[in-house]
Amino acid sequence: MRYLPLSSDDRAEMLAKIGVKDIDDLFIDVPNHALLKGLVDLPLHMTEMEVEQNFAAFSDRNISAGSVPFFVGAGAYRHHVPAAVDYQIQRGEFLTAYTPYQPEISQGTLQALYEFQTQVAQITGMDVANASMYDGSTAAGEAALMARRITRKNKAIVSGNLHPQYIDVIKSATKYTEDVIVVSETTVNRAENLLELVDDDTNCVIVQYPDFFGNINDYSALADALHEKNKLLVIITTEIVALGAIKSPGEMGADIVVGEGQSIGNGLNYGGPYVGLFATKQKYVRQLPGRLCGQTTDADGKRGFVLTLSTREQHIRREKATSNICTNAGLCTLAFTIHMTLLGEAGYRQLAKINHAAAVKLASKLSKVKGVELLNDTFFNEFTVRLNKNAADVVEALVEQDIIAGLPVSRLYPDNKDLANDLLIAVTETTSEDDMDILVGELSEVLK
Amino acid sequence: MTMNNQGRPTSVENSGNSTRSGYPSYTGSRGLSQVEGLIYEIGDTSRTGVDFPEVEDFENRLGGMERTEEIGLAGLTEPEAMRHYTRLSRKNYAIDLGLYPLGSCTMKHNPRLNEKVVRLPGLSDIHPLQPISTTQGALDLIDTLAHWLKTLTGMPAVAMSPKAGAHGELCGLMTIRAALEAKGNPRSIVLAPESAHGTNPATATLCGYTVKPIPATKDGRVDLEAMKEALGPDVAAIMVTNPNTCGLFEREIIEIADAVHEIGGYFYCDGANFNAIVGKVRPGDLGVDAMHINLHKTFSTPHGGGGPGAGPVVLSEALAPYAPIPYVVAGDEEFELIEHDKSGKSFGRMTAFHGQMGMFVRALAYMMSHGADGLAKVAEDSVLNANYILASLKDVMSASFNGPCMHEALFDDRFLKDTGVSTLDFSKAMIDEGYHPMTMYFPLVVHGAMLIEPTESESKLSVDQFIGMMRHLVAAAKAGEKERFSGAPYNAPLRRLDETAAARNPVLRWTKPDQ
Repeated sequence: MRYLPLSSDDRAEMLAKIGVKDIDDLFIDVPNHALLKGLVDLPLHMTEMEVEQNFAAFSDRNISAGSVPFFVGAGAYRHHVPAAVDYQIQRGEFLTAYTPYQPEISQGTLQALYEFQTQVAQITGMDVANASMYDGSTAAGEAALMARRITRKNKAIVSGNLHPQYIDVIKSATKYTEDVIVVSETTVNRAENLLELVDDDTNCVIVQYPDFFGNINDYSALADALHEKNKLLVIITTEIVALGAIKSPGEMGADIVVGEGQSIGNGLNYGGPYVGLFATKQKYVRQLPGRLCGQTTDADGKRGFVLTLSTREQHIRREKATSNICTNAGLCTLAFTIHMTLLGEAGYRQLAKINHAAAVKLASKLSKVKGVELLNDTFFNEFTVRLNKNAADVVEALVEQDIIAGLPVSRLYPDNKDLANDLLIAVTETTSEDDMDILVGELSEVLK
Repeated sequence: MTMNNQGRPTSVENSGNSTRSGYPSYTGSRGLSQVEGLIYEIGDTSRTGVDFPEVEDFENRLGGMERTEEIGLAGLTEPEAMRHYTRLSRKNYAIDLGLYPLGSCTMKHNPRLNEKVVRLPGLSDIHPLQPISTTQGALDLIDTLAHWLKTLTGMPAVAMSPKAGAHGELCGLMTIRAALEAKGNPRSIVLAPESAHGTNPATATLCGYTVKPIPATKDGRVDLEAMKEALGPDVAAIMVTNPNTCGLFEREIIEIADAVHEIGGYFYCDGANFNAIVGKVRPGDLGVDAMHINLHKTFSTPHGGGGPGAGPVVLSEALAPYAPIPYVVAGDEEFELIEHDKSGKSFGRMTAFHGQMGMFVRALAYMMSHGADGLAKVAEDSVLNANYILASLKDVMSASFNGPCMHEALFDDRFLKDTGVSTLDFSKAMIDEGYHPMTMYFPLVVHGAMLIEPTESESKLSVDQFIGMMRHLVAAAKAGEKERFSGAPYNAPLRRLDETAAARNPVLRWTKPDQ
């Protein structure tokens, strides 16, 4: 077995040193009938080549996004990741290291986290960020819990234009705590009046920016109104590239910002692993969930970094912890920060500009197609169109033409008949003009 | 001095003290140990390592929300970035560099085949919301992994979506609560042994439960009698790690399960230490109702400096209906992905999308590589290595409990009594010897704990070297070489770091010096 270095001679010698005859003598504490006498009913070991062949077979039965004109977003976006990113995250010193609990021999991971936290704080326009969460959706759940800890009120108002699966995650995260989650009506392209749902018990309002349907709303007035009532504003961004083009949540007055960082450095990966971004104001630092990296000095006075404020965390506080979270998104965080460093401010802004320009171009092409109505006044790289036919049927028909045309909104809103014809379309720098023209051409045929 | 024809010295006579030159370094670097600044100190906002095309003028649709202020992001060109991160990487300890004996963390070898297959475009470049008809291979893969997990644990169902061990715990406990609520009473108490991971009580709290600790017996196991006394109609579940965090198998595990079932509660098993028994013991045969599996421990998905993890939860028949969405169903002709609960029983959703697919691919590749035979060997070798360490060190260190242990060996600090050396000092001295320290001060049930988990990835030579190093340090501590410990590490990229100062005045980001 290629991964097991002990030889049978080694094993015999070691058993002798321990003073037992048989390996099963080391399992004597297992109730006798529970120790399996034979092997479990699964295939035996395989060569490296055989394993590869098995995975090639799995892979071949999927249509990869890069192989067809592809327009699905809705919280996960196909961007180009520079080769240097993947090389670096595969270096064994990063890939095969544990959580940096021994800082003297983990400065690589720690310094990268410190730089990551700085980047996230800058992008979101906030004071501080943590060292990442599992993903954007779980970070959203943590934001609701944090808002309650800060305000000691138990009701969160959630925009109906937040990604439906994020809403579900927030509901589940707070299901057995004493929180109440109120979701406003979904309104594709009308402004929501969230303020009217706010009452004394409210701790925060949670909105998405740009929202699920792609609309860009200015939440500055909402932030002011909420702050007047001592309530918090939580802003969630699922396409973090957008913040290279539009005002940061911090500029609008957000108290907590949650982001899905997958777009930077990380592939689609069928939904995970991704990287949750979490930022807030300095005054709420001690209420943050998850790991934090901080600067300090060593015994010789040299600058170094450590995990800090761990008295918030489960391994110290146990049942009184701010969260039960232990892991962060480690390697995905590293991929994010390397990609962002390669971009720099100039590259990040240019990337955002290219994405927006491509979306504007496709929206304009689609607006001319009979049976397509663009629902957005504003958008970044994703917008919603209403078709003259059921959107799920149209998408399936276009799969036959080797096009993955977008997300039929009904997949996430199965009970909302008003949205049955709505198609959410995302465009990135990876979308070519040919891809757009193929979509427009075939869509025109299908909608005829 | 020996010289070649050009006058270049070829021998090293009179080369001075071998441990340290004593000369101050102008750069702060010493040989291959190089100092590296922050990206904000070496880069700037105009520099970039990515070339993009120009964009023709167009009318934007941002609705007047353009970002105008400078963000402040520092950029680096590719050569600068490569050097920056390569230099940083060399300040990390890693499995690839040496034995990583962190108890309860299972730092085993991460096969590179798994990194290769996870990058196949049909697995990495697929979107979670593209039509289900176009991801049949992915759903098959998830279903296949589920089959392996169910077979290895002897459990009938598995919830795949939790993103880490603690997330799996949350999933398991929420499923239990949903099942109890369906019976009309969620109850109010969760029992957890004193030796439990901190995530256990934190998770129970998130599920609205009060945690009642159960003491350990003198031999490091759950005190069955004390547990039975704590049981009552208000107890929803007991959370037990097995093998436990002292590295011991809970001998009375079946009695524990029976007792909690008798009062109508559930048995949640923390599967963090599944590596010790994989392929040898099925938790389903022990009366477990729910157990999370850390794919990043037992099934070798890389720890990556702290994540990402994955924590699928296997479930009993009674709990399965309450599991979260989504889940995969193998239909007659194709795989279905159930994203909406039609039964009204599921407690909800743990995460957007379908879980840690990238981790699923790696874990399944690891499992297929080992097979049923190799996985049993994994458990055996990991237990063998740990017991060999226990047997080889117990005469000079203080083993907390009598053996055999499972895949990790627990020592406490009694052997350091009167040496003036603490568990922390001892750990830092291990760094100077080229090792990552073991887990220290956990579990909480012994004083100055040192929990050593070698895993099955270590050769006998490697384990022998580790043992030799530990014996050497013990001898040094007992010989009164206090400074060697109290000042350690001396040879790491940095000396001991001031964690108190970091927490007192948190500096969590870089800011421009003039701000």
